[in-house]
This record gives sequence, structure tokens and C-alpha cells, in this order.
Amino acid sequence: MPIHDQGYRRYEGKRAPHGQAWWIIARTQFLAALKYRPFVILLLVSWVPFIGRAVQLYLSTSFQQVSMLAATAQTFRDFLDQQGLFVFLVTIALGGAIADDRRANALQLYLSKPLTRTEYIIGRLVPALGVLLGVTFVPAILLILLQIAFSGSTTFIGQNLFLLPAITLVSLTQSLLSASTILALSSLSKSRRFVSIMYAGLIFFTAAMYQVLRTITGNRAWAAVSPGDMLDVVADAVFRIRANPPVPVPVAVLVIALLIAASFWVLERKIRVVEVVA
Amino acid sequence: MSTPNVVELENVNVHYAKNWALRDVSASFPGGAVGLLGPNGAGKSTLIKSVLGLLSPDRGQMRVLGLDVRRSPLQIRSRIGYMPESDTHFPQMNAVSFVAYCGELSGLPRADAMQRAHEVLYYVGLGEARYRMIDQYSTGMKQRIKLAQALVHDPDLLFLDEPTNGMDPKGRDEMLELIRDIAHNKGLNLILSSHLLPDVEYTCDHVVVLDKGAIATAGPIAGLKGPAGRVFELRIKGDTQQFIGVMREAGLECHATDDDVMRVFVPGESGAPLLFRLAAEHRVQVRHLRASVPTLEDVFAKAVGEE
Repeated sequence: MPIHDQGYRRYEGKRAPHGQAWWIIARTQFLAALKYRPFVILLLVSWVPFIGRAVQLYLSTSFQQVSMLAATAQTFRDFLDQQGLFVFLVTIALGGAIADDRRANALQLYLSKPLTRTEYIIGRLVPALGVLLGVTFVPAILLILLQIAFSGSTTFIGQNLFLLPAITLVSLTQSLLSASTILALSSLSKSRRFVSIMYAGLIFFTAAMYQVLRTITGNRAWAAVSPGDMLDVVADAVFRIRANPPVPVPVAVLVIALLIAASFWVLERKIRVVEVVA
Repeated sequence: MSTPNVVELENVNVHYAKNWALRDVSASFPGGAVGLLGPNGAGKSTLIKSVLGLLSPDRGQMRVLGLDVRRSPLQIRSRIGYMPESDTHFPQMNAVSFVAYCGELSGLPRADAMQRAHEVLYYVGLGEARYRMIDQYSTGMKQRIKLAQALVHDPDLLFLDEPTNGMDPKGRDEMLELIRDIAHNKGLNLILSSHLLPDVEYTCDHVVVLDKGAIATAGPIAGLKGPAGRVFELRIKGDTQQFIGVMREAGLECHATDDDVMRVFVPGESGAPLLFRLAAEHRVQVRHLRASVPTLEDVFAKAVGEE
């Protein structure tokens, strides 16, 4: 029997309006990642520090003898700092999506569907951003709620109201910087592994470069070449922690903003079906 | 009854770096099955990508299904299906997930997309292999799944870019049957880009021939081929190239084929006697002369000026 005899029928149902494709891309990528067991294990392990901090909050609010463990703004700043390792690992785990698409020539398929390049980029950004917020913002906010629950009063949060916007701002900045950077790197390669190496190189090499330049010149302003150090400067300022920043806070903000802008510029240039080499 | 044009191009120009891929292309693609013919590098894929809104022309107007490509690219893309030439898929997906995902991206609700994915995969002959990972598919199967993803959302217009590339003869025949069925029995309009003349001749009613980024000829295939009997297959004993020159001087169109057989277009009613007279005058022995049915190959050769 000719294969075409097996039928084809016209579609009479409803179609979704434009502008929802980013969500389909994001959802599909996230569900695909959850099928990958090492990724799920990484997510679970990334919550271990939260459990440690929760125990700390419980002990400090329940027993006077360990009142030195009582929560301060520094506690939450340190927690977000601790999560930096998991931010790095999750970023690497989710960051190769565009490289995979480039390797499989999938960009032309995506862009021949009724979606814009911006929708595609948002669709790739949202899973990384969401999971990164899930290992930074969500546990940090839960810790505040636990502090209130364990102490039975809102005195702490009343005295440290700035913590809510501080956690939100630092988590968002850290997540957006990591997600946009790895996606930009991902758009430059067809190899997920190479993207991971580039990202690790960017993080560790710039930090090492700062140390070398500071040692040679004695000038701490070289911290501006290290995104991680710039993030620390901003986080310390937002959490009102007295520190001696290597560069003024506006400079750190500018460096981070420039990095995020550069990442989106690269994405805008590279997410195309046809690349013209002059 | 004339069908409305599904694609209309006016003075479309596209260039890559210093090379013009399309130069002042103006053409109309009527409904039904239209072949977009041309040698490799003629600009076929560029034309399709421009019409899809994936490439911005430097100049010119394009309308697809009555919509302006610049103003309504998303509306257009939701009504068309595109089967790209190159091997392409979404990584780490089995066939049915891939096709359903394409349906969702094209606007189908999730449940409908999954249902149609199953149906379309059966239609293209991949029903039994629909749970296999696409990475494990053969070249022919990958061609079929590209067709399935282009069909899943039931487009009004299909763009097929070299759909039989890399297929074995049996698979190629089945793919051509499918394309013919889509165009003639299922009510979909399609534009088939190919450099394989038999594919276009078998599946399409109209043809647009591109050469070096410009339209060489366009029209219904039957009309372009002209009436039977005016084309002859001719083999001679003697200097073939010299005799081709003689025939061209006499106003005949002529081109050589691979097997030292010439195909000669004889205008008017003069026919075979004219060829015999020319041969006699130039002391050339006619070894083989047969009236032939004009083929698309003749149209193509004439359009792109092949020797």
C-alpha cells in the first residue's frame, strides 16, 4: 500500500496566539534537563547548605547557649556566597543549549516557526535563570521565613527589612550575569563541552589574572577584570557590609552591566540562520 | 480557473558580502505545486529563506499568502511549513516528541500537537519508528521527519528544499509520491526547490527557473515544454560541435547531452526534413533521428543556456 494512503487530514482546531513560543522552549528544555539524573542530583545537593543554615537558625533561636549563631545580614550574604559553587555548576549544566542547537542545525527550524529571535533567546534564558534563582533566591527567602517561624517573631526581619530586596537584587544579578554569559558563549560554539571550558576559563582565568596584576602593580583596581570580584563588591554594598572594595561600587555595577549587555549583543548577532563571512 | 498566487516577488535583491545571491527577482508562484529549479548556487535556498523572513533582502517586495513578508513574518510562518535542505533536528528528542514540539512552536495546543505528530509520522511512513531517537535515523528517515515537522501544523503552503537529497531510489520514489499526494490530493500548496529535473517534472505543475540569482524562465510546465514533435533526438557521424553551430545558424535551438545525442528544437512545421537537408548540405551522416517529447530538461537547458 502506498504510504500516502495512510491519511493526512486538515487541522480544524484553535491555534495559540503569537508570543508564547518562549515558554514552550523553556518548558521543554527544563523537562529535558530533569530527565538527566546527574542534573537532578546537583539540584538536590545545591540545597544541602540551606539545610545547614536552617539547622543553624533553629539552634540559635531555640538555645541561648548558641546565640553566637544568631542570624545577621552577614549570614544571608554568606549563604549566597556559598551558593556560588552551585551557581557555577548549574550554569555549566544548562548552558550548552544553543551550542546543541547549532550543532544540530536547529536554529533554522526554530526561526522558520512563528517565533522571533528574542523569543528564542528568552526561551533559552528562562530555564537557566529559573534554576539559578532556585538555588539562590528561593532558599535565601525560605531561610528568612524559617527565621521568623523558629523565633516566633518578626523582630529580626523588621530590623533588617532591606534583606528582602537585597537577596532579590543580588540573586537576580548573579543569575542574570551567569545565564546570559554562558548563553552568549554557547552561541559561539557547536560543542557543549567547549562552552563549559570557555565559561570556566572566563571565571577562573579572570580571577587569577586579577591576582597576578594586583601582585605585580599593587593596584586592587584590577579587580575590574574579574566578574566574580565585581559581583562581590555589589553584593557587599547591597547587604550593607562594611568592606574595603577594590573598586567603587558604581564601577562594579558598570562592569556587570557591560558584561550582560555584551552577552545580549553577542546573542543578537549569532542567533541567525545565515552567517555571512565577509 | 486561475489559482491565486501564493508567493509574489518584486525586484528582490539579496547579497552575501560582495556576492549577489538574488538580482532583481520578480516572479509569481501560483497555487498548487510549483517547482523552483536551478543549478547549485542559483539562489534557490536564498529565495526560500528570504520568503520565510529569515533573510532580509536589500531591496524589493515579497508577499506570501497575501501577506507582506516584512510586516507579517510571524503570521506567514504560522501558515507555512519549511523543510530545510540540510540535516536538522532538535537534539535529544525522539521523533514523536520532535514533531509534536514543532507543532507546539507553530501554535498548536499541546494535546493536538501530540495527536497530529502521531498521524503525520504515520503519513510519512515513520509510524513504526516514531519512538526512536532521531540521531539513530538513516538519511532517508531524516528526510521524512523533516517533512513531518513541516506538515504537523497543517500549513497552507509548504517549502521543500531538496527533499530527496541523499535518498535511495525506493525512498526517493516514495518521497515523490508523498509530495505529489500532498499537492494534488490534500489541498496544500507547495514550492519544491530542487536541481533534479525529474523530481520537479513528476510532482509539479508550474516551474520557476533560477539561474545565477535571476529568473531564467517561469510558467506552467506543459506550456513551457510546447507541443510534441518539435524536439528531436539527433546523433550524427562527424563533428558534433561544428554541426551544432550550423544548426544554430539556421535558427534551431540545440544542446548536446551526455551520450553524444543532441536535442534539437525545430521551430515551426519544418521538422525532420530541415535537419536532413542541413546534414546533407554539410556532408554529415545522420545516424539517429527520433521525434521526442519535450521534457523539462529541454526547458531548463534552454532557460539557463546550457550547451
